[in-house]
Amino acid sequence: MIRAALVLVALALTFAPAARAEDIVSGLSKNRVSISANFDGTEILVFGAVKREAPIEPGRTGVIVTVEGPAQEVTVRRKDRRAVIWINNAALEVDHAPSFYAVNASGPIDDILSRVEDLRHGITTRSAIRQVGGTAQVDDPSAFVTALIRIREAQGLFQSNPRAVTVRENTLFDTSFTLPANLVEGVYTSRIFLTRDGQIVAEASSSIYVEKVGLERFLYNLAHENPALYGIMSLVIAVAAGWGASAAFRYLNA
Amino acid sequence: MQIYLPIAEVSVNVILLLGLGTLVGVLSGMFGVGGGFLMTPLLFFIGIPPAVAVATQANQIVAASLSGLLAHLRRRTVDFRMGTVLLIGGIGGSAVGVEIFATLREMGQVDLLVRLSYVVFLGIIGALMFVESLNAILRSRSGAAPARRRHTWVHALPGKVKFRTSGLYISVLPPIAIGFLVGMLAAIMGVGGGFVLVPAMIYLLGMPTKVVIGTSLFNIVFVAAFTTMMHAMTTYTVDVALAVLLLVGGVIGAQVGTQIGLKMKAEQLRIALAGLVLLVCGKLALDLLLRPDELYSIAPVIG
Repeated sequence: MIRAALVLVALALTFAPAARAEDIVSGLSKNRVSISANFDGTEILVFGAVKREAPIEPGRTGVIVTVEGPAQEVTVRRKDRRAVIWINNAALEVDHAPSFYAVNASGPIDDILSRVEDLRHGITTRSAIRQVGGTAQVDDPSAFVTALIRIREAQGLFQSNPRAVTVRENTLFDTSFTLPANLVEGVYTSRIFLTRDGQIVAEASSSIYVEKVGLERFLYNLAHENPALYGIMSLVIAVAAGWGASAAFRYLNA
Repeated sequence: MQIYLPIAEVSVNVILLLGLGTLVGVLSGMFGVGGGFLMTPLLFFIGIPPAVAVATQANQIVAASLSGLLAHLRRRTVDFRMGTVLLIGGIGGSAVGVEIFATLREMGQVDLLVRLSYVVFLGIIGALMFVESLNAILRSRSGAAPARRRHTWVHALPGKVKFRTSGLYISVLPPIAIGFLVGMLAAIMGVGGGFVLVPAMIYLLGMPTKVVIGTSLFNIVFVAAFTTMMHAMTTYTVDVALAVLLLVGGVIGAQVGTQIGLKMKAEQLRIALAGLVLLVCGKLALDLLLRPDELYSIAPVIG
């Protein structure tokens, strides 16, 4: 199916009107992820092609594909030893930390992307996290950001795969992302960058909608929009279960 | 088989949750405790956010305690007047506890508070129970009759009321204070508080053992229900899907545990429970004392 899609993209390119010297045409295997009760993560395939009007320019080309989840404001805390116990002490507020961030590339990022372009577009995980005024809060903000990345990487929420993008004939590319089960709802953005000698020459982006459906949706909405009713419902379920268990075992023991 | 929990926003294994529920159910059936003090740390361990674990436990405790309470109601071993007095303190304590919980969550110290409460209370209760049951075993070996101590400083306070079912004539102040403490613990630690309430009723109030469990359950049902509502409305962290899964295992486990418990001697049961309590306490104390593997932690900014 994916191969057929690639062929279609390639065919479409041949007849497409000119826009820029190089352009990216891309597609996603799905742009909607439904979190149902049995949601256990999912895989998303990003594929596309580079559309060219002129012969390919010299230089080293690279393709980088990122997927970013809704950003959150988070506090990163560090434990210190006070008297005899370890307690949270220094804290750093990070203004913009993606709930999910994956970056796949056709080669080592340092080779295909310049530092300046990275900072401008926020492509690597480090640059995608925005943190300002850190030194006023803690001595070494970068250690806190490093810890944030380390923890989220361990949870599968931050991923970095420098060789996961396959490029064929300098034109067709594809890559896949694994979205973990502990996903947050919201609009996810997929961005594709075409680089030449570290400079970005073309980019494209598309959205992926991640949302809870069915019972998950109903319970989440109820809990936030009508907390009193939700609380009462929880209690009714608990009371019914407690009474039911008692009645059932009385019947069994009698 | 995985299930995505709508409020906790994590995906966990259904079999694991059912297993945890059953395991804690067996222990709670054996020892006549709610098992919250075991379940909450276990939920932290499998990756449920602490706030969700604590609030959901309150909901689950309603079901577990109600099931036990109904059995005691049939046997008429509930002191309603004492239960109501405890409850007055309990509701107040729960409200204060939820406030403390919310404040410390913003300060990033809720984890410390919960752990410290566990270490302190489990340590004290576990040690007391251990010594008491060890003495009881030694006494039963030596064949001496257990001494009965019914009058303590508690009986000297003003505001005395007759508690007919318990056969007591004491001040309402100690039960209110005990209720308050237990309500606060219920909100902060995600426990029913039976492990504090039962010894307090026996040793501080001098209530007869046969009405203690039923009265404790009566109090816990209402305090846990109130705590559930408070958490549902202020922190939005009650996960009903998680509660139901824990319930299913817990209900079955409790019945199995009760059967095991009936085959064991009271002193043996108490010393085993004391050992278990001290074990959990020791584990949590070590977490506080030893250098953690990961010094950093992440929490969303609230508000």
